[in-house]
Amino acid sequence: MTPFLDILHYDFVIRGFEAGIVVAIIAPIIGIFLVLRRYALIADTLAHVSLAGLALGSLLGVNPVAMALVVTILSSLGIERLRTTRRVYGDSALALFLSGSLALAVVLLGIAHGFDINLLNYLFGSIITVTATDVIAIVLLGVIVIAILALFYKELVYVTFDEEAARVSGIPTKSINTLLMFMSALTVSLAIPIVGVLLIAALIVVPVITALQFRMSFTKTIICAEAVSIISVLAGIIASFYLNLATGGTIVLVMIGVFLLVLMWKSR
Amino acid sequence: MNTGGNIIELHDIAFSYGEREVLGGISLDVPYGDYLGVVGPNGAGKTTLLKIILGLLKPSRGSVMLFGTDIKNLKSRSRIGYVPQKATNFDADFPATVYEVVLMGRYASRGLFHRIVESDRQFVKRALEDVDMWGFHDRLIGDLSGGQQQRVFIARALATQPDVMFLDEPTIGIDRRAREDFYDLLKKLNDGSGIALVLISHDIKMVTKHAKHIACINRDLTCHLSTEDFVKADKTQDLFSDDLDVFTRDHHHHHDTIS
Repeated sequence: MTPFLDILHYDFVIRGFEAGIVVAIIAPIIGIFLVLRRYALIADTLAHVSLAGLALGSLLGVNPVAMALVVTILSSLGIERLRTTRRVYGDSALALFLSGSLALAVVLLGIAHGFDINLLNYLFGSIITVTATDVIAIVLLGVIVIAILALFYKELVYVTFDEEAARVSGIPTKSINTLLMFMSALTVSLAIPIVGVLLIAALIVVPVITALQFRMSFTKTIICAEAVSIISVLAGIIASFYLNLATGGTIVLVMIGVFLLVLMWKSR
Repeated sequence: MNTGGNIIELHDIAFSYGEREVLGGISLDVPYGDYLGVVGPNGAGKTTLLKIILGLLKPSRGSVMLFGTDIKNLKSRSRIGYVPQKATNFDADFPATVYEVVLMGRYASRGLFHRIVESDRQFVKRALEDVDMWGFHDRLIGDLSGGQQQRVFIARALATQPDVMFLDEPTIGIDRRAREDFYDLLKKLNDGSGIALVLISHDIKMVTKHAKHIACINRDLTCHLSTEDFVKADKTQDLFSDDLDVFTRDHHHHHDTIS
């Protein structure tokens, strides 16, 4: 029996593959808009916010990932609001939410002490703990994210390239920006079980910056980022299984390895 | 297309940034098919006025009518072509081909929830042919020279099939030769296709060479004349005094900085 078939004998691995592929498909599409708008840090900020949501969920006895989803979406709208009203600088708004939510998470986790909360799983991901229900939720939400992105694809592209001209042409840029934040929050929450809170930003950003090195058209850049993302997630899961490594970390290291190879190849 | 009447009617437009009044009550009519050069010193409020006409800023007073409709209620925004100040609005590393950039011009005409179809691709091709850039459609926008990029942005505006096109300092950072070709192209669009042009520029020599009318903005509308009368009245001196010289020299500095 070949090693690859061997790995598929474990249900948790199959669930990991299923959830992993969905996240691998969504992350770069969100990523290309965030990276090109210089919003890459939003992914990291929302990830930290989701940790506060996880902690709150554990404390209240609600499904932690569902609570993370709600808290992350609300915060994403708050960040966008703070950014557009210009009460504080954009990057400072992110710093505020990033450290603020981490502070909240630490305090909540302290109160929740004694509850059965596996902090390490949330921080760094653990596909072993992905349940069949999780997979269904991830696939469902994943399909929704992809459908919405497809529906507003051309508006997102135009707003990303030239927000002012997009506004002149009648595109509701404010709504499109809010939609992008909303989708980012959804994606971050979906990715928690796979790579964990601290590594999500890599999933969203690294395949995109890898693809950007090739200097191609927008469409080809997305396809390339998708390929890097899916291959890295699959390779990361397989490698972590056989070498007994942490899955989230392995996936991100594979991605960064691919990025470095491309970078060296392209700058020669 | 309606050839009588006015394509733009501004009535008593005023605007302030906080306490500072930038525009003091400007009324101005632009007929269909006009070629209006908007001139004035730096900080005179030209770009602010443009943003108000385009609906990007709300005036503190006054009204803007485009195609006979108040801008607030205007639905057919695809009749407006807009060529922004290239240098400030554009990321040279953005992964988009010339074709993809011009296709964005069709997005507005299509509207939300509508897919791009074959006829959109025809419009894109025709727009790129009109500006002599079809041969570059596969190239990345960031790999072109400043003059070529500006032609692509014209094509993007043309792809919406506009009745009026607004251009904000379109030739900044473009070398002299490309600048002259650029004005020839504008003339072709105005004469040949009947598109009304509103051109904000410091390049007063070029503007007086091509535009049909000149509007001088310096917080207020200080003159609105046919180009002939403008040149005869020698308004240039009032408007710019030493400022003009400084700016002309500045253009030369930009000459070879475009990759």
